[in-house]
Amino acid sequence: MSAEATFGRISEVSKKFGITPEDYMLPARHMINLLNPDGSLRPENEQGTEPGHEYPLPSPARLMEAYAALVKGRRVNDQNSALVRQGRMAVYPSSHGQEACQVAAALCLGENDWLFPTYRDTVAVLTKGVAPMEVMTSFRGEWHCGYDPKAYKCAPMSTPLTTQLLHAVGVAHAAKLRGEDTVVVAMCGDGATSEGDFHEALNFAAVFNLPVIFFVQNNKYAISVPLSQQSAAPSLAHKAVGYGMAGERVDGNDLMALMAIMTRAVRMAREGNGPLLIEAHTYRMQAHTNADDDKRYREDSEVQGWIAKDPVTRMKAYLEDAGLLTDAALSTIAEDAEVVAKALRDGMNQDANTDPRELFEHVYSVKSTQLTEQQALLVDELDREEA
Amino acid sequence: MTATTSRVNPNVSAATARAAAKAANENQPVTFGKALNTALADSLVADDSVVIFGEDVGTLGGVFRITDGLTARFGPERCFDTPLAESGIVGMAVGMAINGMRPVIEMQFDAFAYPAFEQVASHVAKMRNRTQGKLSLPMVIRIPYAGGVGGVEHHCDSSEGYYAHTPGLKVFTPSCVEDAYLMLREAIDSDDPVVFFEPKKLYWSKEQVDLEQLARDYDAKKSAKTEGQARIARAGSDATLITYGPSVSTALEAAKLAAEEGINLEVVDVRSIVPFDDDTVCTSVRKTGRAIVIAEAQGFASVASEIVARVQERCFHSLAAPVLRVTGFDIPYPAPTLEKFHLPSAERILDAVDQLQWEA
Repeated sequence: MSAEATFGRISEVSKKFGITPEDYMLPARHMINLLNPDGSLRPENEQGTEPGHEYPLPSPARLMEAYAALVKGRRVNDQNSALVRQGRMAVYPSSHGQEACQVAAALCLGENDWLFPTYRDTVAVLTKGVAPMEVMTSFRGEWHCGYDPKAYKCAPMSTPLTTQLLHAVGVAHAAKLRGEDTVVVAMCGDGATSEGDFHEALNFAAVFNLPVIFFVQNNKYAISVPLSQQSAAPSLAHKAVGYGMAGERVDGNDLMALMAIMTRAVRMAREGNGPLLIEAHTYRMQAHTNADDDKRYREDSEVQGWIAKDPVTRMKAYLEDAGLLTDAALSTIAEDAEVVAKALRDGMNQDANTDPRELFEHVYSVKSTQLTEQQALLVDELDREEA
Repeated sequence: MTATTSRVNPNVSAATARAAAKAANENQPVTFGKALNTALADSLVADDSVVIFGEDVGTLGGVFRITDGLTARFGPERCFDTPLAESGIVGMAVGMAINGMRPVIEMQFDAFAYPAFEQVASHVAKMRNRTQGKLSLPMVIRIPYAGGVGGVEHHCDSSEGYYAHTPGLKVFTPSCVEDAYLMLREAIDSDDPVVFFEPKKLYWSKEQVDLEQLARDYDAKKSAKTEGQARIARAGSDATLITYGPSVSTALEAAKLAAEEGINLEVVDVRSIVPFDDDTVCTSVRKTGRAIVIAEAQGFASVASEIVARVQERCFHSLAAPVLRVTGFDIPYPAPTLEKFHLPSAERILDAVDQLQWEA
């Protein structure tokens, strides 16, 4: 378990593909893209693949599973944005337009694998299996994280950018020391790649040869700052070679390509070939949050251009053309999505379930004398209010 | 230290020297650093989930040799070097603690821990609270701190205030060999994250302590708890010196000098800054009626300020004089030749004692 081990594995793998280690680590010359925006399958020689950068197509069953999660994700994004507009939720950073990335990040993982999401990755967290209202606890303002990260193998949605990538590295490292089979997907955005912890996390993962997939959703903006002011690298995936790991670019609105790439990435990591960096090109179709005004930094025509590349319509068109998506399947998928949306609406109609006395309960494993005193002060205040 | 001539006395025969060495071995005093090293080793033996990492802690054994021999004895999977990146070390420890380990990590020097501050303040301190107790982070961040060793800039900060101000962290600092062992064992066994401050000027200090007996008592759960427990380092009756870490020895020196003048000072070693032991501190102050808080850190908005506030809130009617502070000045830590002017000295403490409004 050392940097030599990582590079040794990369040398072996690249030999198998008949390419140099550098060509294995550098992303393919073109972004991997399997489906055209109209849903038609691209000819094999136009998919961006090349030796060492080839990705088996996912099975029809797998694509249907992913599509169902995609529809659910879109429904959740739009439902939550509506709840914010109705004043029933404090804030929601929508991933409308990025759902294919989020679905692929979660679906590629096995039972013992962990996901490390950011605040914009609600759809990934839901796809990992976390109960809808438990995900929404933080956006509802009830508490910071409403689910049990260990039960779901899903870390709290991280607000400080890229700090969670190092936690992902630690989870993978602990598993490796115990000889456990655990792959970790660590998510971040394009802006986050400028943070110091991005560098430290990728470097640690490579040096310790850990099974971590760094999955960057390049949605082109860090709130208002465009990618061109974030990095002068040829692509974010090119950063991988600097750490001694493989990088790849993928069309982030192409669910089929994402499923293909992430499935292979997880397999490669699981087989002990070290970490990988995947950059998914996508677009945040809505503002940063409801508090943001994206008209101050981008043209509507740009947004419209991306609506034409929407991941949901693209996947739907492919599945329909392939004869996989029957009317019955379509309505079942829509109904399932509506069940989640209804759970969110119903949940938001309930009064917030909070108890101010709990503020002191989780600071330490055992409440200190000082916190016990402060809690008593607050309880006294509450009692006097009630009296 | 000034240059000295050879310490070897040519008049002592080789045989006498060997006999002296043998006697010394049998009754070998233990250094503060060795006590920490033994605590780490004993923790590795006691708990398979304990893992030690940081910069130079493996092959080298740490720049202060606190992890000396651990990689050789326990293997590179239990004690290993990391890339040179403090945020990375703390962040990776967070993940390992999430996934069932008890990481004990070393920040090489006080001021070198600052790149990791976001991980400490935003995650280490908050993970348990964020997740309503579902994720605890049992981890120890060891920080060699404070001055008095002629260190250059960035090697002598007393940074305990930043961490003590951050809810969710425990902050310990031992001042004697026995506590170095016991408090580090306790920190490693704590289910909460502990920032463990080691006064680097004490690393080479020696005391006659039976580490094996300490270990047996600790493992048999017979040791007195140190978390949240201040220690009376010297009993006295006229005034209380409240202090911790590197300043305890200075306070004891002041108390010794004061005793020669007939003033009997009590010295309280806080040990556990968080959680803080109000009871021991306030019981002492109520008894003596006078108090001085001593710390190397700059005084403004410091741990010393907090202690003064707590004492006057709780002991006001027992006080015969305002509670004073003797701390470092509110300046960046000075260059080596100037540090003696900055650090609290026994003389400066005695000057403060003189100001405690003694009746004529």
